[in-house]
Amino acid sequence: MLSFTLRRLGAGALLLVVISALAYVLMFASGTNIARNILGETATEDQVALKQQQLGLDQPLWQRYLGWAGSALTGSLGRSWFGSEPVAQTIATRLPVTLTLVLTAIVLTAIIALALGVLAATKRGWVDKLLQVSVVVGDAIPGFVLAIILAFVFAIQFKLFPAVSTITPNAPASAWLLSLTLPVLAIVINAVTSSAQQIRSAVIRQYERDSIRTLRSRGLGEGEILFKHVLRGASPAGLTVLSLQFIGMLGGAVIIEKLFAIPGIGNLAVTATQLGDVPVVMGVVLYTVVIVVIVNLLVDLLNGWLNPKVRVA
Amino acid sequence: MTSATRSAGQTGEVVRPNTLRRLLRNPLGLISIIVLGVLLILAIIGPWIAPYSQTHADIAASLAGPSADHLLGTDSPGRDVLSRLLFGTQLTIFSGLLCAAVAIAIGLPSGLLAGYYGGWFDSVAGWAGNMLMSLPGIVVLLAVRAALGPSVWISMIIFGVLLSPGYFRLTRTAVQSVRNELYVDAARVAGLSDGRIIARHIFSVVRAPIIIQTAIVTGVAISIQAGLQFLGLGDPGEASWGAMVNEGFKNIYVAPGLIVPPIVMIGLTIGALVLLANALRDALEDGQKVSRKRRLTDIATGAVTMAMPVVKTGGSAERTAAPARGKRAAATVEAGTEHHLVKVTGLGVGYPQADGSTKHVVDDVSFHVDRGEVLGIVGESGSGKSQTAFSILGLLPDNAEIIAGSIQFDGKYTVEPGDTKVDQARVRPLRGKRIAYIPQEPMSNLDPNFTIGHQLARPLRVVMGMSKAAAKARAIELLGLVGIVDPARTYDLHPHEISGGMAQRVLIAGAISCEPDLIIADEPTTALDVTVQAEVLDLLRGLQKRIGMGIVLVTHNFGVVADLADRVLVMQAGHVVESGDVRQILRDPQNPYTRILLSAMLEGKEPMTMLTEVGRERAGARA
Repeated sequence: MLSFTLRRLGAGALLLVVISALAYVLMFASGTNIARNILGETATEDQVALKQQQLGLDQPLWQRYLGWAGSALTGSLGRSWFGSEPVAQTIATRLPVTLTLVLTAIVLTAIIALALGVLAATKRGWVDKLLQVSVVVGDAIPGFVLAIILAFVFAIQFKLFPAVSTITPNAPASAWLLSLTLPVLAIVINAVTSSAQQIRSAVIRQYERDSIRTLRSRGLGEGEILFKHVLRGASPAGLTVLSLQFIGMLGGAVIIEKLFAIPGIGNLAVTATQLGDVPVVMGVVLYTVVIVVIVNLLVDLLNGWLNPKVRVA
Repeated sequence: MTSATRSAGQTGEVVRPNTLRRLLRNPLGLISIIVLGVLLILAIIGPWIAPYSQTHADIAASLAGPSADHLLGTDSPGRDVLSRLLFGTQLTIFSGLLCAAVAIAIGLPSGLLAGYYGGWFDSVAGWAGNMLMSLPGIVVLLAVRAALGPSVWISMIIFGVLLSPGYFRLTRTAVQSVRNELYVDAARVAGLSDGRIIARHIFSVVRAPIIIQTAIVTGVAISIQAGLQFLGLGDPGEASWGAMVNEGFKNIYVAPGLIVPPIVMIGLTIGALVLLANALRDALEDGQKVSRKRRLTDIATGAVTMAMPVVKTGGSAERTAAPARGKRAAATVEAGTEHHLVKVTGLGVGYPQADGSTKHVVDDVSFHVDRGEVLGIVGESGSGKSQTAFSILGLLPDNAEIIAGSIQFDGKYTVEPGDTKVDQARVRPLRGKRIAYIPQEPMSNLDPNFTIGHQLARPLRVVMGMSKAAAKARAIELLGLVGIVDPARTYDLHPHEISGGMAQRVLIAGAISCEPDLIIADEPTTALDVTVQAEVLDLLRGLQKRIGMGIVLVTHNFGVVADLADRVLVMQAGHVVESGDVRQILRDPQNPYTRILLSAMLEGKEPMTMLTEVGRERAGARA
């Protein structure tokens, strides 16, 4: 189990290095005019050269990446080119908001999708038909369109929830609850049908196994078979589905946060992208990849714990 | 698909009907194709038929409603909505297709190489694919936008790279399955090179999944680019649906109608793509259902291939003609038959087919087994012998139907005349306690996630009401009884840690654990090595003598029957062709089919057993 964990950790670290290097090279290889972008068209050549020197843009790319990576290891991600705030600090104040949003959404998605998927797989009938139809409908409506519709109906028409988030780090819980209800709903609705559909197929596949028939032949009840054997067997597939959904939600949250003006890292990323604030964008990319690595590692460990065969593989 | 065509030649049935025809017959499939066709035409000619250029602004006509000049009105700078919608259609459709094209261009060849050559390329490509798939697309696209500018074409190329693992996996799996089939069929294929066969097979296997994947990918691409444009990250110089949604959202109080046209276009396009993917998947699965079933029988049957008769029954006419089942008051069994342990009378089992007919797998089968007696049911795979056995256990697949006959156990009906399903309420209390089951394939019949001990002890606790400690002690005792050397250690092992022969002993221990009156043994030795086979047969014989239970022994091997059975029933294509005392049938078989089965054994080479054993052993190892 230890070497299994270490191997997964190593793979995660490698992913982190590869992605951050790729992103860094991508951003800076094309960024010959970064200094001019910041200073505007009216700046003189001397001013641009000076700015380039200040930002360290005159050094070779690999040297700059190593410098960036070195300070990233010590927790410093540099300063924003526009606000001069330390990037790590900016992200630290915004990350909890995004995590609250996405974690709430994934927990709700997991519960609803599991219930729906198991129900559709065991009962079939109208529950199953309803799920099949809603999967197609859910797939056909992009998340942000759904969010717009929700905002329009519940925030603008009925004024049940604020259309613009009132979240600040010190806001009362009620403000968080009211501000996050619609965004969470938008994310959950978008994710839940396809997750339920995949959990349904995983459960059906388990029921088709020979070992389930043998357990039935031994006189075990349907409840024990479903909750112990079928669900345990379907859990790796279910966890994979949910981890992919979670990663998708990190992306989806970018649009949702912008739409509802939620002060999370997605919103930050959009603003930074529009400005061309490369250190901030790099920071967001790095944090996202770290979250992805952690989630994948957790899923792998859970799978190893649930499935004795994985541990030796 | 080689085996599908092969068996089609033998059975004379239609090969797989055309997938495209199925697709067009599905109304949703047809509609989605028409919608996508119209969108594609609009995308091509849109800029020519648009009344204005996409940037032409008429400030005087800001946020105007629909009029003769502006059929869909104007936005806040006074730009014509219809024109922008048409320009946006071209941008959206073409860039969405570009994304899919990039994904195919990367995923397809790499999947082919990885599937064909395997090795390091496969590992590296697989790792790279996992990496790409574990990144949130939008965040990557934000970084790309920050680095390379707002062009939708660039972001769609990058997004295509991110989505390429989908095609990679699909192609890789297809290539591998075709390759595996090739190894099996290698002897039959002379003259053609692997590469050419693969190219041909791959094309036919991968074509439809690629279209499905492309519909999905294009939909996702359109959705994500509209999202980015909605955020204001698109190219401001180009009209796009997402930017129009943004414009509509900003002016939602002033001009609520403005948001509708782009949302309708987005919903319509992605909806049509999703429906197309769904309809195509359905068409494909319908086609596969037929050929997969046929393929299974075909492979398993080996030497003697016999097509199952598909009997067209007049819908449910036969069933309604049968005496209607009364309320719960169970009918009493025929007088004078109560003493039989199990009695099957005129049993028929069938599977309803998509075209309304019923495929009969068991027809008019009758037999009985008394206490302490061993009945062998002999026949090749697909003769209906296992289906008969599962009917007694009440463990037929969900879609199976009892189409005729009755089953009684110890003087009570478990299937009354006229029943269409086995009544679980009647069979469940019997299972484990009075009727037990020894399966064919040892490995797949143990749950890999639980220890051997757990799987033995749980039924003892549930069925016999034993305490935890008593159940454990009894389970260990049982493991010793079936000849496992170190029962206490084996108790704590997981199924993947023991051999196939041991697993079969564990399953036998499980079957006898509650001292049942009847054991249904479905090919209990087929999946085992020849030496282990003899040991397991000895074990069964010994246990049968000691506990005095009845056994229904399902097998295709007359050797096993001769070893164990008192009476024998020979089945072919769902019917009983011969039955009687085992010595009499061995000495003087009446039916030609019985003679074929017998001669296969008497020559002492067991051709079917050896072949299928190798295949099953390998399948077991893989599973």
